[in-house]
Amino acid sequence: MDLIRRLFTAALVAGVLSGTAASVVQQATTVPLILEAEKYEVVTPPPATAAAPTPAGTPATSHAEGHQHGPVREVGEGVPVTLDEAMQRIGLTIAANLIAGVAYALLLAAAILLAGRPVDARRGLVWGMGGFVAVSLAPSFGLAPELPGMAGAELELRQLWWLSAAAGAGVGIAALAFARNRLVIAVAVLAAALPHLIGAPHPESAEGAVPAELAARFVTASLGSAALFWAILGSVCGWLMSGVVEPAERHPALRVQPGAR
Amino acid sequence: MPSMTARSINTAAAGSAARSATQTAVAAFAAILLGSFLLYGVGFAQPQQIHDAAHDARHSFAFPCH
Repeated sequence: MDLIRRLFTAALVAGVLSGTAASVVQQATTVPLILEAEKYEVVTPPPATAAAPTPAGTPATSHAEGHQHGPVREVGEGVPVTLDEAMQRIGLTIAANLIAGVAYALLLAAAILLAGRPVDARRGLVWGMGGFVAVSLAPSFGLAPELPGMAGAELELRQLWWLSAAAGAGVGIAALAFARNRLVIAVAVLAAALPHLIGAPHPESAEGAVPAELAARFVTASLGSAALFWAILGSVCGWLMSGVVEPAERHPALRVQPGAR
Repeated sequence: MPSMTARSINTAAAGSAARSATQTAVAAFAAILLGSFLLYGVGFAQPQQIHDAAHDARHSFAFPCH
């Protein structure tokens, strides 16, 4: 139980610190772009189309239902207009960032523990960069970070592809870092490459309502803030895990048996 | 050893030697389980309220959102 408590404490602290830092950076970089993009988000008017099973913002639907190009969004729908609404929205975003931070920190701390190698803040930074490559860079290689109002394929397909790209990249990085068996490394690298070889799901026509300049700025802002988030998460996680994973650790749970091929 | 505090284990050289592979696996599994659950909630769950609350964070972290 003591191990669990210390593992969770490390993840909690690392997650809260990185989530807080991400919140500050996001409010200055990505969130203004999201709010700007929502002005272009095409919303089908709800009273006119009572039977509208398709999600809002599907350009093909609005096109078929009456040529509603450009911003037809009602002011006040989603976009905060009062100070209370703005504060609530910021508060919820911070809460979500903290939860995301703790969630990723738990997964990273578990990986550090399973690897059974000594860590400190500097090695933690390398772990964090691995996390960044796995869950930020690799999925973004196929599915660019998207703004509201951008055209996208079916959500479930994109979520599935995102997960497989992130998991594959994580397995690939872990194998390159720790595995000794060449077959294991080859299979893991293939797992990392496979989602990209199959290809990410994209809409048939990429005709989103958001200006391309805005979308381009959002991609770099999203990746940049994610890199900072992971740098802090990894460093703090490594620092706090240094007392948990000790150099004397003799039985790493994750060890590829030599000569297994 | 429930009577020992975390600090005393931390300073004890025998702390990790006494730790079994099972304890490591259980702790890692618990962290992965909770981490995955939280990540699903913040990044993937689709009920309207959860989606709206996590909306800006999802976009910023490049989760597929809409």
